[in-house]
Order: sequence, then structure tokens, then C-alpha cells
Amino acid sequence: MIGRNRCRVLCAVIGLLVVALPATGSAREIADSAGRPVEVPDRISRVFAAGPPAAVLVYMLAPETMIGWPRAPREAASPFLVPSARALPELGRLTGRGDTLGFERLMAAEPDIVVDFGSVGETYRSLADRVTAQTGIPYLLVDGRFDAIPQSLRLAGDVLGVGERGEALAEAAQAIFDRVDRTVATVPDEDRPRVYLARGREGLETGTRGSINTEIIERVGGVNVAEGLREKGGIVQVSPEQVIAWAPDTIIALDRDFTREVGDRPAWRPVPAVRSGRVFTAPALPFSFVDFPPSLNRLVGMIWLLHVLYPDRMPDDLGEQVGAFYTLFYQVDLSDADIDRLLGGG
Amino acid sequence: MRATVPVLLALLLVAVMVVAAGIGPYAIAPLEILGAVIRRAGGGEMDAAETVLFQIRLPRVLAAALVGAALSAAGAAYQSLFRNPLVSPDILGVSSGAGFGAVLGILLGLSVAAIQLLAFAGGLATVAVVATLARALRGGDLLVLVLSGIVVGALASAAISLVKVLADPYDQLPAITFWLLGSLAGVTPADVAAVLPFVVVGLLPLVLLRWRIGVLSLGDDEARALGVEAGPLRAAVIGAATLITASAVAVSGVVGWVGLMVPHMARLLVGPRFDRLLPASVLVGATFMVAADTLARSLAQVEVPLGVLTALIGGPTFVWLLARSRRRHLP
Repeated sequence: MIGRNRCRVLCAVIGLLVVALPATGSAREIADSAGRPVEVPDRISRVFAAGPPAAVLVYMLAPETMIGWPRAPREAASPFLVPSARALPELGRLTGRGDTLGFERLMAAEPDIVVDFGSVGETYRSLADRVTAQTGIPYLLVDGRFDAIPQSLRLAGDVLGVGERGEALAEAAQAIFDRVDRTVATVPDEDRPRVYLARGREGLETGTRGSINTEIIERVGGVNVAEGLREKGGIVQVSPEQVIAWAPDTIIALDRDFTREVGDRPAWRPVPAVRSGRVFTAPALPFSFVDFPPSLNRLVGMIWLLHVLYPDRMPDDLGEQVGAFYTLFYQVDLSDADIDRLLGGG
Repeated sequence: MRATVPVLLALLLVAVMVVAAGIGPYAIAPLEILGAVIRRAGGGEMDAAETVLFQIRLPRVLAAALVGAALSAAGAAYQSLFRNPLVSPDILGVSSGAGFGAVLGILLGLSVAAIQLLAFAGGLATVAVVATLARALRGGDLLVLVLSGIVVGALASAAISLVKVLADPYDQLPAITFWLLGSLAGVTPADVAAVLPFVVVGLLPLVLLRWRIGVLSLGDDEARALGVEAGPLRAAVIGAATLITASAVAVSGVVGWVGLMVPHMARLLVGPRFDRLLPASVLVGATFMVAADTLARSLAQVEVPLGVLTALIGGPTFVWLLARSRRRHLP
């Protein structure tokens, strides 16, 4: 009697499981970069990028799934984006403190998943857990460290259902890193360029050594002249006199007004880079080549920096390589005029 | 004894300025400085050392002296005017207003000169609104004036926070943060030349009216008995102090504590009489700011925000001053 009952219960449980399987089967569990288990729906058609770095990641892999930008790109960036991404609304960012997007708005946007790209530290893990607990929306944390880019592209590609594209981009990214390593290995330490990153119109903000802002410069073998108070680095203010004392031979500027005006500023005249005309504006369309957002847009920045810092070691055509990068990663074909405009600091 | 104090303070200021001009990350030997000054008199193309001295360091030292003198003069005037030792130049919201003007300029991506102009205009406009509001509510009541200043200042601070939320977190937000912390890192000779006339024009009425302002600190009724009408005088002092503070803040960003603390230091030296307090405050303020800014640019390779330094020095100093002056007369 008892035995038969037990069998019935067992059978019922098994039966229930079999019935329920298709329902749970529409999702799979994937460990994100922070090691958190994330329930990922099988079909993802609406993705919310939590901040500007994540937006670049999602745009590169699957622009058609984006439901908006954390910050809309500038008008000038439009021709450098696929048509479907140009008119997307600005939804705000979701990065812990100082959010510009409430959870209710997030739910109203009905994303299948939230993707964040950057730090996977405790703050962001707990934020991700809270968002999922409160809204039920899965939240994927992807490691934003520079050297982790290939793995991050594979992980996000897999989750977003574009595994092949993720693999292709990961390989292309790895090829860029390899190229950087090969080139830098041929440059003796004493020939390393001394680089100053000039932020802002005045050029008096910079990222100190070890900061995420100058990571790309240091990665391509440039010596960041700005030594900060902390090992980790950050954005600081400096005086023109300090820049003269650092004597950088190359200046990478983010604001083209700065590049245009710096020659006329008496205080900057003694700087070697200014005297020799080695002040370059980082191209910024659709995303900046250097600095911000600190995301995959810096991959093409590395190609550009190799040409800027080691012109003698880079025999191939910069425009061609940039064009190929845009075709593969941004899925836009640039005309020669577009490339000139882009590299001219437009 | 008291007559010699301003002379000694002036000598001290000159000494500190000379030392400050000799300190900096670009090493220039003292003799070279002397040589550069002499060569400069002859004109011609500048070499690197001359550029550092005349385009960067000296303008910065002068700007620091100017800003320190301006904030301290305004602070001394306000403390006498409001008969309150805890009043600082931004009591009527001038710093918050200037801050709002500046961050708006940064948000709109304007040029540096335009940002400074907006800061200046923001400071003046805020105090104008405060004065109008106070007059409309209850003309001439000091308490209403101060409360209006607090309210309008809080509104301006809220507006600053709003701009911060709207700003680009990678590009504009750092610039806003640095501006609100105060710095003289980017000062040019043109900045000094632009601000100097406004500070002088603002200081003149304070100097000319120093006796009357001193009488006013006794109280409105006493002042009237001595033939000084409080209302117009107060308006003149507020106008002058606002002009001074707004021009200083436009070039340096928000730098706190100086206008509050320096008049107390000066009072220890020369007593509470405004005609003596004003020159002493100007000299002590200029000296203090030149010293603080020299620290700001030489403590590390990167700039230490000026507002952080003045608060770090100012807070403990103020407590010490309060402890010392317990048995003395506050104004």
C-alpha cells in the first residue's frame, strides 16, 4: 500500500517535472564575469545597457537588440552608426549611485536582460543582485578590464545569442592586442614616447599613471608622464608649469579646440610636444578612440595610437585599418572622405 | 605698536610672494630668476624659464594674492556689517550663484572666458535676487536678508546638483568637480588683468566708507545717533563686497574658509576697529592665499584642490582662534 502510494507520488513528481521542463527550458543559467549565476532567456531581443561602456559592447555585438542609449551619441556620430541605432532614445544609466533611471522605468522598457560592462567588484555585484531581486530582470556583469576584452566579447556574444559574431570579434580584438605587443617589443625602453593626456578645453585635466583613462596609452607602450598620488590613478588637475617640467614629447588631446589653440598659448610653448607639433586630437566618432567611455571603442584607439606613437614602425595605411575595423566592429562602411573626417579630429 | 603692524604685514606678504615665485616643479635657480627679470625688462623672445616665470608662476602668485585679499576684505566687511563673527562672504549666496553660472557654462561646453563671465554674472545676479527678495519681504531687516541668502543659495546649490546629473560623467563631471573645489592651476596673465579692476572698484567703497562701516558695527540706532544712515550704507557695502567676491570666485572657483577665518586672524593683530581691520585683513588674506596656493601646486605633482587645502587649514585654525579669543571682544 504504502509502497504503491510512494510510487504514485514519485511518478507524479516526475510527471510534473517533465511537464514543467519546457517552461524552465526557455532559460539557461550562465555564470557572468563576477561568477554570479544569471538566468538567461534563450531568445533575447531587447537589451538594456547599464552604462556607456556597456552600450558600446552591446552595440558592437547586437545593435538590433538595443532598446536605447544610456547617453545618446552626438548628432555628428550618426553617420558612423547603423541606422537602427541612430534614433534610439536616451534611457539613462543604472550604475548604483547617481542613477538617472528608476527601476520602474527600467521595467516599463521591458528589457529581456540588463548588461553592464566594467568593474565586477562587490558594489556592482550587489547592485546587479538587487536589480534582479526587485525587477526579476536578469543582470549580466561583464568584466571591463582591457586585457579581458576577448573573453568578455565571447561571454556577451554567447548570452546575446550571437556566439559566432562574439567569437569573430574576440579573435579580431586578440589580433590587435598581439600586434600591439609585437610592435612595443621592438621599442627599447629609452625610446618609449613620453605622453601627456590633455583632457578638457584647457588641457589641464589628465589621468595619472594607472588610471583607466590612460590605460590605453600605457598599453601601447607610452610612458604616461603624469604620476599621481595613488597607484591606481584617476583624473586630476595639473598646472601648465608641471606639464613643462614633465616635458612630454607627445600630447594626446580629447578636445580639438585645445589642439587648435595650444600653439597660441604662451604657457604651453616650452612643452616639447607643442614645439614639435606633436599634439594629436583623439578621433571621437561614433565613440572616442581614447579615454571615454572606457570600453571596446579603445580597440581602434590602439591601432591609431600605434601609428601616432611609432610612425616609423607602422608602414601600413592607418585609414585602411580603421575602415576595416569600422566594417567589422561597428558594421558601417566608411568612405575615404568619412575616414579623413574621422581621423582629422572631427 | 599698532601702526607698525600693517607695515610688517605688507613686508611679510612681499616676502611670501617672492618665495612663492621661486618654488615650482620647473626648477629655476634664484639667480636665474633675477637674471630673467632683468632680461625681461629688455623685452625679446622668452625662453622656457622666462615663460614659466612670467606666463605661469607670477600670474598665479598675483592671482592668489588678489583672491585672498578680495575674499578677506569681503569677509571683514560682512562681519562688521552683520555684527556677526560667523559670517563669510558667501552668506548671501554669491558662491553658490557663481558656482551655478560656472557649471552651466561647463555643461554648455563654453570657452573658459565665457565660463568665468557666467560665474561672475551668476554671483552678482544671486545677490541681487536675495536683496530684492529681502526688500520685498521686509525692507532693511538683517535677519530676513540672511534668511533670503540661505534660501536662494540653497536653490542655486540644488541647481548645481541638477547640472551634475545632466552632465557627461566622463567629460564634464570632472571639470565641474574641479571648478567647485577651487583652483588657480590654469590662471593666465589675462585673467589677472581682467579681475584686478573689479576687485579695485569693489575695494574702493570699503576703503572710503571704512569709518562709517566701523560705526555701523555698533548697531543701527547708535549709528544713527552718530549721523550714519544704516540702509544706504549697507546696500553700498553689500554691493561692493559682492562685486569683489564674485570676481575672485570667477577666477579661482569656490574657495571656502578664507573670508571667514582671515578677518579673525587680523582682529587678533589689530583689534576690531574696521578702519584697521580692513587693511590687515587684505594683507593677511593675500599672504595666506599665496602660501596655500604654493602648497596646492607643490605638495604633489598633481594639483591639490585649493578649496580642500583652505578647509583643512582653515577649520582647525578657526577653532584655535576661537579658543584664543574667548576673553577678547568679538566684533
